[in-house]
Amino acid sequence: MIIAGIISVLPSKNNELIKRIAFAGSVIVALASMFLAIGFDKSNTSLQFVQSNAWIPTFNINYAVGLDGISLVLILLSTILVPIVLLATWHESDGGRWSSKAFYILILVLETMMIGVFAATDLFLFYVFFEAMLIPIYFLIGGYGSDNKSAAAVKFLLYSLFGGLLMLASIIGIYVISGNQIGATFDLTQLATLEIDNRTENLLFLGFFIAFAIKAPLWPFHTWLPDAAKAATPGTSVLLLGVLDKVGTYGMIRFCIQLFPDASKTFTPIIITLAVVSIIYGAFMAIGQKDIKGLIAFTSISHFGFITMGIFAMTSQGMSGANLYMVNHGFSTAALFLIAGWMIKRRSSSTISDFGGLQRVTPVMAWTFFIAGMSSLALPGLSSFVSEFLVLVGTFTRYPIAAVIGTIGIVLAALYILIPVQKMLHGPIAAGNEKLADLSLREKLAISPVILIIILMGFYPKPVLDLINPTSEKVVVNAGYTDPVAKVVK
Amino acid sequence: MLTAPSLSYALLAPILIVLAGAVAGVLVEAFVSMVHRTAIQLTLSIGTLLLSLQQLWRIRDQSSTTAAVNSVTIDKAGIFLQATVILLALVAVLLIADLDNFVALASALPGSHEEQSSLREKSKQTEIFPLFLFAVAGMMLFPVATDLITLFVALEVFSLPLYLLAGLSRRRRLLSQESALKYFLLGAYASAFFLFGAAFLYGYAGTISLAGISAAAGGANDIFLLIGIIFVSVGLLFKISAVPFHSWTPDVYQGAPTPVTAFMAACTKVAAFGAILRIFYVGFAESQTIWRPIITAVAIITMLFGSLVAIAQRDVKRMLAYSSIAHAGFLLSGVVALNKDGLAASLFYLFAYGFATLGAFGIIALIRDSSGEVSDLNRWIGLGKKSPLIAATFSFLLLSFAGIPLTSGFVGKFAIFSAAYESGNIALVVVGVLASAIAAFFYIRVIIMMFFTDPVNDSVSVIIPSIKSRVSIIISAVISITLGIAPSLLLTTADNFANFIK
Repeated sequence: MIIAGIISVLPSKNNELIKRIAFAGSVIVALASMFLAIGFDKSNTSLQFVQSNAWIPTFNINYAVGLDGISLVLILLSTILVPIVLLATWHESDGGRWSSKAFYILILVLETMMIGVFAATDLFLFYVFFEAMLIPIYFLIGGYGSDNKSAAAVKFLLYSLFGGLLMLASIIGIYVISGNQIGATFDLTQLATLEIDNRTENLLFLGFFIAFAIKAPLWPFHTWLPDAAKAATPGTSVLLLGVLDKVGTYGMIRFCIQLFPDASKTFTPIIITLAVVSIIYGAFMAIGQKDIKGLIAFTSISHFGFITMGIFAMTSQGMSGANLYMVNHGFSTAALFLIAGWMIKRRSSSTISDFGGLQRVTPVMAWTFFIAGMSSLALPGLSSFVSEFLVLVGTFTRYPIAAVIGTIGIVLAALYILIPVQKMLHGPIAAGNEKLADLSLREKLAISPVILIIILMGFYPKPVLDLINPTSEKVVVNAGYTDPVAKVVK
Repeated sequence: MLTAPSLSYALLAPILIVLAGAVAGVLVEAFVSMVHRTAIQLTLSIGTLLLSLQQLWRIRDQSSTTAAVNSVTIDKAGIFLQATVILLALVAVLLIADLDNFVALASALPGSHEEQSSLREKSKQTEIFPLFLFAVAGMMLFPVATDLITLFVALEVFSLPLYLLAGLSRRRRLLSQESALKYFLLGAYASAFFLFGAAFLYGYAGTISLAGISAAAGGANDIFLLIGIIFVSVGLLFKISAVPFHSWTPDVYQGAPTPVTAFMAACTKVAAFGAILRIFYVGFAESQTIWRPIITAVAIITMLFGSLVAIAQRDVKRMLAYSSIAHAGFLLSGVVALNKDGLAASLFYLFAYGFATLGAFGIIALIRDSSGEVSDLNRWIGLGKKSPLIAATFSFLLLSFAGIPLTSGFVGKFAIFSAAYESGNIALVVVGVLASAIAAFFYIRVIIMMFFTDPVNDSVSVIIPSIKSRVSIIISAVISITLGIAPSLLLTTADNFANFIK
């Protein structure tokens, strides 16, 4: 945030300087968050690094932040992705409606909000970040995107605002209820102790859930996503799908389940169904896509179906898997979007059939895209495999049918990834592709950490799982569930 | 034998000072030459308002139900509302001081020879300032009046100057005069309704004081009380432009000179809501079973109607008029809440909304072409490119109207909805939230037009604002930002001052 301030006072002529400062700043933030992760006590399941200052005493609203395992890994994800995005899309902002200075300010403001939204332990503060986040991303899509950008930006904003306002009604509800029971508060741990009658709890739950389902996005609330992802610049799409949408699934864990355990139970069958529909629907739509960005967007809908399924399976494996999935999906989508962005820029087309034989023309670009794609279809040894496996195992013990149908999603994933990979990377060199340049040094530098993380997390996910597991178990136990013991059929 | 009524001048001083300033303004009109009038009138108005504010500060901890026999009650909430009116008026007078928005000679027929010559002579209609001060005095009296007659007098004192001011636009004069006539005729009807209701209440309670009506509630002949409450409410709902008494609002907002629209939209709302809050919290609190369902229904219809119809508007001023209708609905939720939080929330909301409104209309007055103000939205396209700063400020104020977090509007909405929820009116909260979502659509559409659509080549330009308008716009914007980020500055005060005495 401070960095955004510094940039805004610099004259806009100095584009290169601004970019460097922004990049350096975001790297510092990333390093700081890693130090935070090192200092994090894994065995302790309560909130750490807690800070609280009174903000609006009249409503007992506090600027209260704190981290547990889940929020920590998501903050790591955001802070690592931001410098990568900045580096990867060095020239992205040049052709925008406004100066690149505005672009960098918006990105950094967005980063601040993302960190805030994951760290907030005050419901009101969370909501403020949740809604305020929309404004920079709206301008990022609308100001720097491609065709249809303003329509897509508006659609995105209206969907999110609508969801957000429903959530606001629920927040007001729970705030007033807390006022009647334990003294008005927004503190999450205190709110979780409330006794709410069933009908009210269900309504409040729905307010939160719809907001998060729009954000996540879960079928049938997803229609804004493909438009926004197609219209936005690749960098913005990475942040949008990689981080912002995680706020939705994060919110489900943090708020829906923790605040309204009973209502969560009531709605679980419906939500699992929606998740399964998302998985299959997203996969089929992805197979039918002609546009690369559209393809990646729909694969994400499918993946978010997996995440939601893992969360609401209410088993500790499912929960951990879902959390890990959020991180992995962030990185693999980032890789896919960034490389797709470079391809599109070089070829000036985003239609899949315009590409062909890239393996021979631009081997590095093709291979990195290949790895990212494989990770997206959860090839063993790459990051998504572990998480997808955990989600399916976790779901199977409680909802075997859903898990089985989910498995079909994996098969479809092979189709939607392999067909375009085959078309674009292999085969004869398509017309117009002969002279495409391979990745530059800057682009290689940007993409290599992502690929590295994808491979590392595939072979050795333990450090991240160690962070996630205790919190996941705590969530499941707090919601009143115990892991079902696998039964052997005799 | 008649004894002279005892008045506690110390407590009435803020109102009296403004009235005195207005009278002095009239004398200035009569005796000072035209060359110096504008400067003197402006200084006089600002000085009067500041002095009155200082007097308010002096009496901030006092209260009395007998400031003027039993007709005026000075209490915490009353003082807060009066201070809000003065502060808003101080900013509004800076906008009004740009006299090129006003007609040169009001008595000349539009298009006549006299009009031409008055324009040539560069004459100015400086009577605007005393009229403005009279209106402010009425607005200060309205929220502290505690009997029906005083309420009526205050209502007329601030309405009559507004009828006149609405007709004084320099350009598109016929439209302006039509709007003034419409406002006057409908306003007269509303006043008649108010009086009619007051007569019934007197017949029911045998007294015109609000406390007396409250004490009498629950007695026999409830039908009189019912009729009285309904008709008084009609008169009041007209002033705040609640549906179905809103039809004057878009026409008047569009026709009136923009600085007057700003003043009217901001200050009238404060004064009228102040009075409504007092009447319903003090006078009708005992008979809430009668009016609460009715006002709840009105609030719901108002929120939805205002938000939905605003979508179809192609004119910025009309759009803001419908948005102000929607905001009246939100504010009515605070009235229906009927608890201390509802009062505090309403006070905060009025303050925040008032300043955002002043800023927004102040900016509209700057967007012009050769023939005057341009309020057609289609011609605002691409404004973000031509003058990014103005467009960004306007966008921010729109976001505040829409209630996006980190703006004053959000805090206000949150406060008012939680008060409504607390009083058990969950339906109101849900409708309010939905209406906010609808409203967000048309606010954001304006932002898109300004920023994301390429300008067509036409001659709309932003005039360089005079220092006076600049100051008032900056003040409004800064207040909106500050109250969004650090609302406790005002929330605590509103909370402390949320107290009517009976």
